[in-house]
Parts: sequence; structure tokens; C-alpha cells
Amino acid sequence: MRLFVHHRTDYRFSEPQDRVVQLLRLVPGSHIGQNVVDWRIDVDCNARLRPGRDGFGNETAMLYIDGPVHAVSLAVMGEVLTQDQAGMVAGAAETLPPVLYIRATPLTAASESIRALAAEVEGADGTALDRAHRLMALVHRRMRFVPGRRIDGRNAATAYAEGEGNAADLAHVLIAAARRLGLPARYVSGHVLRPAHQHEWHEAAHAWAELHIADFGWIGFDPTADRCPDDHYVRVAIGLDHRDAAPVSGTRTGGGSEVLDVGVRVGIEG
Amino acid sequence: MGKRAAFDEIRGHEGGDAARPEFAALGSWIRDTPPAELNRRQQAAEAAFRQLGITFAVYGEAEAAERIIPFDIVPRVFTAPEWARLSEGLVQRVVAINAFLDDVYGARRIIADGVVPPELILANPQFRPVLAGARPPHGIFAHICGIDLVRTGPEEFFVLEDNARTPSGVSYMLENREAMLRLCPELFELFPVAPVDDYPDALHGTLRSVAPRGRSSNPVCVLLTPGHFNSAFYEHSFLADSMGIELVEAADLVVDDDIVWMKTIEGLVRVDVIYRRLDDDYLDPLVFLPESVLGVPGLVSAYMAGNVTLVNAPGTGIADDKAIYSYMPEIVKYYTGSEAKLPNVETWRCREPDCLRYVLDNLSDLVVKLVDGSGGYGMLVGPTATRHEIECFRAALVAEPHRYIAQPTLALSTVPTLTEQGVAPRHVDFRPFVLSGADGVTIVPGGLTRVALREGSLVVNSSQGGGTKDSLILLDRPQRGGR
Repeated sequence: MRLFVHHRTDYRFSEPQDRVVQLLRLVPGSHIGQNVVDWRIDVDCNARLRPGRDGFGNETAMLYIDGPVHAVSLAVMGEVLTQDQAGMVAGAAETLPPVLYIRATPLTAASESIRALAAEVEGADGTALDRAHRLMALVHRRMRFVPGRRIDGRNAATAYAEGEGNAADLAHVLIAAARRLGLPARYVSGHVLRPAHQHEWHEAAHAWAELHIADFGWIGFDPTADRCPDDHYVRVAIGLDHRDAAPVSGTRTGGGSEVLDVGVRVGIEG
Repeated sequence: MGKRAAFDEIRGHEGGDAARPEFAALGSWIRDTPPAELNRRQQAAEAAFRQLGITFAVYGEAEAAERIIPFDIVPRVFTAPEWARLSEGLVQRVVAINAFLDDVYGARRIIADGVVPPELILANPQFRPVLAGARPPHGIFAHICGIDLVRTGPEEFFVLEDNARTPSGVSYMLENREAMLRLCPELFELFPVAPVDDYPDALHGTLRSVAPRGRSSNPVCVLLTPGHFNSAFYEHSFLADSMGIELVEAADLVVDDDIVWMKTIEGLVRVDVIYRRLDDDYLDPLVFLPESVLGVPGLVSAYMAGNVTLVNAPGTGIADDKAIYSYMPEIVKYYTGSEAKLPNVETWRCREPDCLRYVLDNLSDLVVKLVDGSGGYGMLVGPTATRHEIECFRAALVAEPHRYIAQPTLALSTVPTLTEQGVAPRHVDFRPFVLSGADGVTIVPGGLTRVALREGSLVVNSSQGGGTKDSLILLDRPQRGGR
């Protein structure tokens, strides 16, 4: 499938900022089932972009903007050829072995109720793959998906207790529970084509989890849709949790407040 | 608690009044100087420290009281051959620590070769995955290490703990010596003592030597402090002053285009080497703690791009983690090809079921430590603990065994120390500072001796009733020229 991704991130500041420095993880890599044909980042102001690569293998860019900065608009446009691999990730730049991804992080620490969630599939018969599917289905059923909900540093435990969350929250809950089962689990940020809504702008980029299953390797699990990623998905960045893989991590020097507006459109036409 | 026959460094195992032959002169000095005079000099030294503002804050106390660390006027002494042996062991250990860091953030051969279990490194919060693949200029990660040593006999030295992040305490080595030279000048006429006052020059040389390639002709080095509220701020300003480099806070630095600049009244000045006394978590809010206001956005990118040297490099905590510590003998052998010249203290890893069983059966004889604790917190000293404390630790150990290691309670050596009852033996440890630069490893002959001032106590931490002493390294023969 040929996917066209438009992803814009707009910051507006109530007061001009002296300086803005951002770490961008907006550029996908190519691997089996995902070929990046074209990918561009445009910044609407006089800025310096420095490409890099982090320890997870993500393509990064540092963005440096001198003040006064009233607003920043990042526009990503890309074209990717995808093939359905039944969620299996192969041929990606793997810089770190799976065992790294068994550690809990502040955002993915398991609470009592997440431990109970993990225990529900732990006793069940079947393979690790079966348990992973069952876990994804449970998270999907227990948590209401609220796509537009802003990420505010909520951890898995809080989101699970509230019973709802955005894609990052659901991914965090699945990751926390999977690690309890001894399955290496990592966070993925990326994009998804929703065919019925491909002409609409969505309020956030997507996110899901990848679990490492012996004999198969890394497999994607999207608890918001209860399915494994197929040719509708574009993987962009990975990490232990949202903080490692968020599309934009930003800091600003200056007073006032900021308004963030994100728009994502994934379609099969350019 | 049981009586252990501790080795006294001056008086030997017998602990009588007579000093070991090599310390006869010191023995006479201790005997012949009246306690009242020793006391007067000690108070003069402490008054000077208070005036300088060499204080520390006690963590966990509500009002974070600023105190000076008590100073003991009776020095601790090493002979030249003792120091030579120690130095060899320290160089070997620090070379191994740097090789280990270069490996775990690079090819990870030590894991592939099965020397250390992979999860102990990779699943350890001290291993920073985001930095994997980044190699600092000259491949040196831990430029400044403080290696904590304990002694149990004339030849028996053990490494208690490695400090490879931002070890502090070197200002005490320098200030204690200055006080001793002023207050007890006659001591330095009794025997030739190696000077320590070239430490700032040696440190500055190390910093300059590790500047990024292409920036080595006249690199700009700065010392980055969290600010004057930090308990070690005196040391930060003292070292910056002694080296003649700028003392900066995060707000004084700015990263642009992956290059670090310092704001000055003449404009921006490019910075090549940052001796940072800020923990990893607070270095760069874009990569580590996002809520941190102490850090410099973009600093980690500048480091990963090779445009600035961070001293020590971020991520070195994986080398001094207490869970990794128990593998140090294997790590030293793996990278240097020979047995560790400085052995570890015997250590039980509670994550291993057999060890856990042994530890639970012998809690009242052991020291139990949190693998990620420091400063004497989260620690059980079995022989002096109450029954209640032991039971609390037992429960914690059973719940989370992987978070603990245990060690025997060593009969730490003692050194004569001025007490209210006159000069009496007190237990000590020792932290020498080891510098690793592009031009090799340097150890200034000295270090920080910490002394447990309470009778019988083995806890030397300044936050828990410890004090410091000067540490004299004797020279083989009198120095010519004199200083």
C-alpha cells in the first residue's frame, strides 16, 4: 500500500520566547514491509536542524530556533510503501537486544491492578503469542480509547485506573503488563491509516506496543484497535516508553504559556 | 557487639602503645603532643573550615542543616611501598572501568562472552539506552573516579565501592593538607610527605587532554554546578578557582547547532570540556528528566555529536552500580588480562537464591546494602542493628531480593584519633581520586580518609557521624629542593 502522511505540529506562545530547542523523532526508517519513498520536514521559521541518531536507532533531529519566537510550525510530509507482515518487525535497525526492554520505567511501572491484569493471562494455557494477543484484547476491552486526549505525563497505572486514555496510555498499560509476564515490550510512535477517515485531520500521532516473542521476534500489538499492525501502519520511533519515542520533546526559554495543536492525516492519495 | 581485633595502621595488630617501626616518628609525635594542644589545633582547623564555608547538608533532615564535617588532627599515613602497590591496583581498576564502559555502550562483547548476565547491565536503570553507540572523545568515559578502599591488615586492602559518576570529597584532601601544614608543620619535618597541591593542575591537564579532536590546541573547560544550594558547592567553586576555569550554572550555557556556548559579557564563547557536577538525570531535559530546570537543552545531542566532552560522560553509573560491583573481579580480568590487584570485599548477590538463603540466615553478622542506595542510607549493619531493624530488612529482602547485596562486616583498620578521652583507635576508609585522560592515568598521592568518630562504629559517612583526616603518603627519600 502507498501511504501519504501529513503530520503538522504547531506551537503558539502567549509571549515571545527567547529560544526554542526541540528534539524531533519524526523520521521513519525503512525495514521489511516499510519502504520510505520520500520524507520531508519543514519548519516555518529561521531554524537550524541537526540530524542525528539515538541509542534506540531512531533518526532524530535537533531543532534550534533563536528568539523572539512567537510560534513554531513543523510540517512533515512523507510517502511510504507498506506491506502486511502480520505485525512482525524484521530488518529494522535493532541497536539493543530485547532484554533491555524488560525494565520498568516511571511511565510503565505496574500497579496492583496492572499486575492483576497480567495475572489474568499468565495462568491461561497457550503460547507466549497467545498470551500477548489475549493481553492486547483485555487492554482494548478495559480501556476506552480517547484519541484526542493530550499527553500529560500520565503513567500506565493512572491511565488504567481511569479506564480510558489516548494511544500512548493504552500502549503503556499493555507494555507494563507484558513486562510483568517477562515479555520484553517497547513503545512505538507512528501513524495509521483509518480508511473511513482518511481525509480528516486527526488530533494526534498514533502509538502502540511491540512485544518480543521467542521464535518470532518483535511483533506489533495495537491495543486501541485490538489488532497487529499491518500495511496501514507506519512505524516511526521506538523506546522504553513515550518519553523515548515522542514525536517532539521540546523546551523553551521565555515566559507565558503555550498552545499545542497537532494534526495528522494519513491517506492513500498524496 | 562482638569484639573484633582490628588492625591499627600505626600500632599494628597488637594495638599496644608502640608504633610499627616505620611509623615510630609519628608514634612519638602522637605520644608527645599533649591532647589539649591537639585539641586546640583541631579546633583552629575546624574554625577555618567553617569560615571557608566547607559545609555539607545532611539529606533527610527536615531543615537540611548545614554542617562542617568534623576534622581529626591525627593524620593517617601510608608508606611509599604501600602506596606503590595501591596505585598499581587503582590504575588497573580504573582502566578496566573505562574499558567496560566503552564496551557496554559499544559492542557489548562482555555480554556476548557471558562474563556478566545481560539483564544486569541492560535492564539496569543505570544503563542509559539512549546513549548506546555514542563514544566520547578519546574513548574515555570515567575521567574522575573515587575508589573507596578499606583495609583489614598490613597487606589487606579491598575495594568497597567504585564511584564513577561525580565523586566528591577531593577538596577535603586539599584543605585538610593545608590545615595540617599550617597547624602541625613539625610533622612534615619528621618525614618527607608527597605533596597533594598539584591536584588542580593534574585535573586541569586531564580535562584539557580529553577535549574533542580539532579543539585540542586551547580548549575551553568549565565546571558546571547545580548551584550554591548543592551540598558540595564549596568544592565546585574551590576547584573551578584553583584551576582558573569558569564556574557555570545551566543558565550560563546554551546549545546551538549541537555546539555548546557559554554566555559571557563579551558574547558567546565555545565550550569544549564540561566538568559537570550535576547528575545525569538533570543534564538535559530533552533526554533525561523533562521536569528538570537545572539542565541544558541539547547538551546530550552535543555530546553524542562529539562536539563537547562531558566529564564524566553520562551513563557511567552502570560501572559503579552495586550489582555490577560483585562482577568487578571478572570485569578487571576480562579487560586487563590479569587478576585484580585490588580485591573486592566478598559479596553475596541476593538475586541468587543460594546467596539469599545464606544472607537471611546470617543477617546479624552481615552488612546489607541496596544496590542503588548511597551515603549509608538503605543499609543494614547487622552486628549493631536492633532486632526490629533486622526484621524490617528481612521482609524487604524477601520482597525484592534483586535490590540487595550483602557483605561480611569487616574488621576495618583503625587509626589513632583524637577523642574526648584522648587519642584512641577509630575505624577508617580511604577514597583516592584517579584521573584518566588522553595522556594516561594520574593519581595524586593522597585522598580522602573518612573516620567513624563514634567508638566501635564502622559507618564513616559524613551524614552519619563520620569525620575526615589528612592522608599522608610518605616519600621513599627526602624530597630535594623542598616546597
